[in-house]
Amino acid sequence: MAEYSILIGGKAGEGINTAGLSIAGLFSRLGYRTYMYFDYPSLIRGGHNFAIIRASEKAIGAHRTPADVLLAFDQNSIENHRESIHGGTTVVHDASQVVRGEGYGLPLDTIVKEEKAPPITKNSAMLGALARVAGIGRDVLEDVLRESVPAKHLEANLRVAGRGYDAVEGVFTVEPLDGPALPVLTGNEVAGLGLVHGGLDSYVAYPMTPTSSLLHFLANRAEDLSIRVIHPENEISVIMMALGLAYAGERAAVGTAGGGFCLMTEGLSLAGMSEIPVTIVVGQRPGPSTGIPTYTAQTDLHFVLNAGQGEFPRLVVAPGDLAETYSWSATALALSWKYQVPSIILTDKTLAEGACSFDLGAVAMHPDRKPEIWDGTGEYRRYARTKSGVSPLTFPGRAGTIVKANSYAHDEAGFTTEAAGEVTALQEKMLRKGESLKEELSTYPTVRTYGARDAGRTIVCWGSEKWACIEAAEEFGARVVQPLVLAPFPARAWKEAMIGAGNVVCVENNATGQLARLLRQQGFDPGRSVLKYDGRPFAVDELAARLKEVIA
Amino acid sequence: MTPAQPAGRPAGDLVSPAENTWCPGCGNFSIEHMMKSAIAELSEEEGIPIENFVLLGGIGCHGKLVDYLNVNSFYGIHGRSVPAATGIRLANPDLKVICHVGDGDIYAEGLDHLLFAAKRNSDITVVVHDNRVYGLTTGQYTPTSPTGFRGRSTPGGITEHPLNPLEVMLAAGATHIARGYTRKVQHLKGLFKEAIMHRGFSLIDVLQICATYFNLTDYYNEHAYEMKEGETSRFESALGKIREWDYDREAPIPLGTFYSVDKPIYEEKFRALTADRPDRRALVRKVIEEWR
Repeated sequence: MAEYSILIGGKAGEGINTAGLSIAGLFSRLGYRTYMYFDYPSLIRGGHNFAIIRASEKAIGAHRTPADVLLAFDQNSIENHRESIHGGTTVVHDASQVVRGEGYGLPLDTIVKEEKAPPITKNSAMLGALARVAGIGRDVLEDVLRESVPAKHLEANLRVAGRGYDAVEGVFTVEPLDGPALPVLTGNEVAGLGLVHGGLDSYVAYPMTPTSSLLHFLANRAEDLSIRVIHPENEISVIMMALGLAYAGERAAVGTAGGGFCLMTEGLSLAGMSEIPVTIVVGQRPGPSTGIPTYTAQTDLHFVLNAGQGEFPRLVVAPGDLAETYSWSATALALSWKYQVPSIILTDKTLAEGACSFDLGAVAMHPDRKPEIWDGTGEYRRYARTKSGVSPLTFPGRAGTIVKANSYAHDEAGFTTEAAGEVTALQEKMLRKGESLKEELSTYPTVRTYGARDAGRTIVCWGSEKWACIEAAEEFGARVVQPLVLAPFPARAWKEAMIGAGNVVCVENNATGQLARLLRQQGFDPGRSVLKYDGRPFAVDELAARLKEVIA
Repeated sequence: MTPAQPAGRPAGDLVSPAENTWCPGCGNFSIEHMMKSAIAELSEEEGIPIENFVLLGGIGCHGKLVDYLNVNSFYGIHGRSVPAATGIRLANPDLKVICHVGDGDIYAEGLDHLLFAAKRNSDITVVVHDNRVYGLTTGQYTPTSPTGFRGRSTPGGITEHPLNPLEVMLAAGATHIARGYTRKVQHLKGLFKEAIMHRGFSLIDVLQICATYFNLTDYYNEHAYEMKEGETSRFESALGKIREWDYDREAPIPLGTFYSVDKPIYEEKFRALTADRPDRRALVRKVIEEWR
């Protein structure tokens, strides 16, 4: 199977992320599926940034350690990645920066000076060198640059890329495939597009890694997508604005990370009590507190499951790749409106800021669901107690009706009450919505499985660890089981999926085994935990080695 | 009720069946009744349908007002009415959005939101029930309590000075600033109507009697006076007038509108974006097809 891995590294501010996306674009252009992991510290200039771009004939969603080509802008990009360099690795480095270089040295300072090009075009020299090393034609290289570089900088980039191309030699040949040239998107971009597919009118957010780029993307595309994008003073205002928008009839979503979600929890509980829909994208990163802001973790599962005072139903989904992010973002928004409950899309830095080939045509969409709107008969009661628990919606401004939303315990019309009977009926009505939601979800792919049922070994995982697990499992002939919905927990689907599971291992990016704990709460055996909590996602080979210790 | 009904309705119809639980003599009664009359009169005079008014309540005695009126309401959480109000106004520009908030509620818990709503000139009205004490939590000092105030959390008396909220609002960029008093109800009603009809952010600080924990009736009766109508578009003169009383030392207390200017409204800049509601799924496909 044709598969390539490219590592590019340099200092922050040198455009490593963009260069990585261009490399992914190069392989995409040839019909390959790509995946990019981007690693950067929390600083603006300096430090060490790197991206690992993997390209394969088949769909992938994780990186591997060994690199076929290493593109180094500085010494660190070689020294920090010794484990990626092996006998077959071609190293290309910036000879102006790297003292102890190996492989091909490109005098990038001289090249950009001679070509009268800005320093950022050094990335194009590396891209050109990569194309030549990988036997990719100059025409493909130039096409990719034409598509990604703004017109006014194009000529300089083409010249510099050509210098890189000419400075090295062909080492191997990436054969073009028949597959389509798929666009390469990040998880945040796909979450935004999925939300709009699901009916989003407004996105409200305060910047916080790893979901800032979701705010930036939607703000940049607000006109193209005909949505409002609002950045208020803090996360409390974010969720309150979203609830105001929704109370008045507009579908709103918000995005944050754990720290911002802490500030939103009072608003979350208000959403629960007032039954105002809201969708919250929570991108996990390592805590506690500020933790390691630009790295990854799966440490907020129980936080989002339990956040907010009082007892109210919620929907929590944890997509594992772009296709799931698209379909479940749309569904989270739609079901939040249908059942008037808050919905949470739980991602992490790996998924949110990682990039991958995205095939919209192959996304399996769930059925469209519309909110229940009041039919206008009789007097409107915002919290009418129905069998399903769902009270039909209407919005302020409708002639002859009054819409009263309330954070206090309230009667059917929305007036505050402390009467024991009313309070009991209200609590039961809210919980009935949760049951109705659970019933609806029984027809959705809430638990997914990969591999043969009779494998006798099962790897359980959630969120962005999905693809590393699928690839690692193939090496052991193991099966993978992944819950997409964490609340309401799909117990029936889980039980069915785990029949004949055999030896079970639960893989997570945290230190305490949060999915394992949830499974035990639900009465299931999570098996043995394989955990990683250094802020980095598992590389496929790294995970395979860890699994070998517990499975083989 | 039918849509054919004329927009105006007798103010009495706006009283809800909810049981009123304010203390006897509470200043909130005046605010409730004058807000009710202001809404009824604006509906009649300006042709604004009753269903286009939305009241927001924070948490505190003031918030109960939204239960007592048969008007759309969002009875939210402590200090957070203002951003919700902006959201409501964003979603529907036809709505007249009025926040009823308390002095502890908005000058302590939610001050950040108030500053930013003023800064962005959000087209909402904020009515502060400023009784200068926490009532519902039974008598603690608030940001506008005078120096030396002995509350249940500060039995030795506070050593800090109160905020002058109107000065804060002027500095933050509020485009309409007024002060009312619950014993001057007709004047108060006029301030409500003027603020609601102001295009942009308006705030009325209402000096309200707390009959149980901080009854300043005699003090206010002695010091409060209605300002003569005049120039309200000059920042410097508004600031001078606002500083005549600092909520602390003994001084004449001017009532009325200090400042009122026209500036672009925050919510208006978003209107074009979502105006004709196109097929957004087609827009998503286009973005992905033309990805670069």
